[in-house]
Amino acid sequence: MKYLLMIYGNEAALKATSKTESDQLLAAYGAYIEAMTKAGVIVGRNRLQPSASATTVRVINGKTQVLDGPYAETKEQLGGYVLIDVPDLDAALSWAARCPGASHGVMEVRPIWEM
Amino acid sequence: MPSANDEHAWATAEAAVRRSYGKLVAYLARRTRDVAGAEDALSDAFAAALLDWPKHGVPERPEAWLMAVARRKAIDAARRRRSSVEAADHVRLISDELRQLADTDGSDIPDDRLTLMFVCAHPAIDPAIRPPLMLQTVLGFDAATIASAFLVSPTTMSQRLVRAKHKIREAGIAFQVPDCADLTSRLDAVLAAIYAAFAEGWSDPAGTETRRRNLSEEGIWLGRLVASLLPEEPEALGLLALMLHAEARRGARRNGQGDYVPLAEQDPAAWDIKLIDEAEALLQQASRMGVIGRYQLEAAVQSAHAARRISGRTDWAAIARMYDALLAITHSPVVALNRATAIAEVHGAAAGLAALDALVGDRRLADYQPYWAARAGLLDRTGEVEAAEEAYDCAIGLEADPSVRRFLQQRRAQLRRPPA
Repeated sequence: MKYLLMIYGNEAALKATSKTESDQLLAAYGAYIEAMTKAGVIVGRNRLQPSASATTVRVINGKTQVLDGPYAETKEQLGGYVLIDVPDLDAALSWAARCPGASHGVMEVRPIWEM
Repeated sequence: MPSANDEHAWATAEAAVRRSYGKLVAYLARRTRDVAGAEDALSDAFAAALLDWPKHGVPERPEAWLMAVARRKAIDAARRRRSSVEAADHVRLISDELRQLADTDGSDIPDDRLTLMFVCAHPAIDPAIRPPLMLQTVLGFDAATIASAFLVSPTTMSQRLVRAKHKIREAGIAFQVPDCADLTSRLDAVLAAIYAAFAEGWSDPAGTETRRRNLSEEGIWLGRLVASLLPEEPEALGLLALMLHAEARRGARRNGQGDYVPLAEQDPAAWDIKLIDEAEALLQQASRMGVIGRYQLEAAVQSAHAARRISGRTDWAAIARMYDALLAITHSPVVALNRATAIAEVHGAAAGLAALDALVGDRRLADYQPYWAARAGLLDRTGEVEAAEEAYDCAIGLEADPSVRRFLQQRRAQLRRPPA
């Protein structure tokens, strides 16, 4: 089954980390992706630009409305995702726990709606 | 903000509730085989106790107190469910037992917790759900708490627990301690479940998440219960000794800054001598019975590590021999990994690597962090820097604990540093 692991983090806190700490975090992410690649579970992944770069678009009564900023102004913002293919939710949760993001923010694990 | 006194009162009450919980559930479920029904009948009583006891103290006869409250609830439930004849019969059965018990002083309630543990670890029950089932029925943990500790979704955990309890009733699993012929093999399943519960708590080394830390304490508590009820079973004593040895080193696994400290670098002065002494006494008591087993051997390995507090060194040759024996019993890849590490200490890193190479391809180790960390450490010692880096990356990527991850990253960074 495919699961999307969404990595939510506090962008302000991330910005405030020292160079050493953020290098370490980056390396940890590298190792995490590497381990998932070796295990043959990774389907896709990306890191996102900070939520300040987001733009929302909606169509109301036939009129488009475009706004700057993310959809929801929350302390923790979506910072990236990993799409994995694993046997079950238990396996997905154990990969989520290993993500460096799990100890800095929150991981949301959602099954893919297979068409 | 609750005061330290309040917290103490709450902890005392909670411990008393837990002691009564398994006893009463076991007692009520033994005739109906309906664990869920027994828990339902008692749930309000336990909730009431957690409100009342911290304020007014634990009553002199806690079980009689709980029974009186539970009985009122069972009668209410019987009235509500009068439409269903079957349900009413069922509640009446429980209600009768409660009435009998409420008339007694509570002290003569038979202790069937051991029976309940054998039911939870019955061969008909999926091994993976045995530890959670035990934590819930014997100790009264809720499904959400157990789910977090075992890294499973709370909904899934609830469903699995419900299914397991259903199975107990439907399959007609007997509420009895197996007789001599079956006892040893069935006891093994009970001990394995207790150890699994302990290990879930142990894997939270910082003890930052109090719920999980409690889990290893509860594992020890269950281990004490089994050891006290079956003092003639050397493996029951062996498991308790093993858990106490591990617990004795819990605090030493972190330094003042919260950084991970591996066993080899721990200061023995930071170990809990009282727990070590208790473990040693248990192990000696077990060995006098003359039947060796998995848990005694694992405890003996821990005992050999603990001996460093006296001798200042670790007898790796003895440890390697114990792992040989353990491997012959368990065929566990984790034991094989630990054995390889011990071999490296006795015969050098190359010999250790050769033992590890024999495990390559074992799928069970592919995403096991300690395997990659051990491999990386040995490759470092044989000077294979690139392979060591790759192995460290695997270990770092698989680790969920931030301070262990940091430790591994530091080790990796040191690979290319010229020796001082």
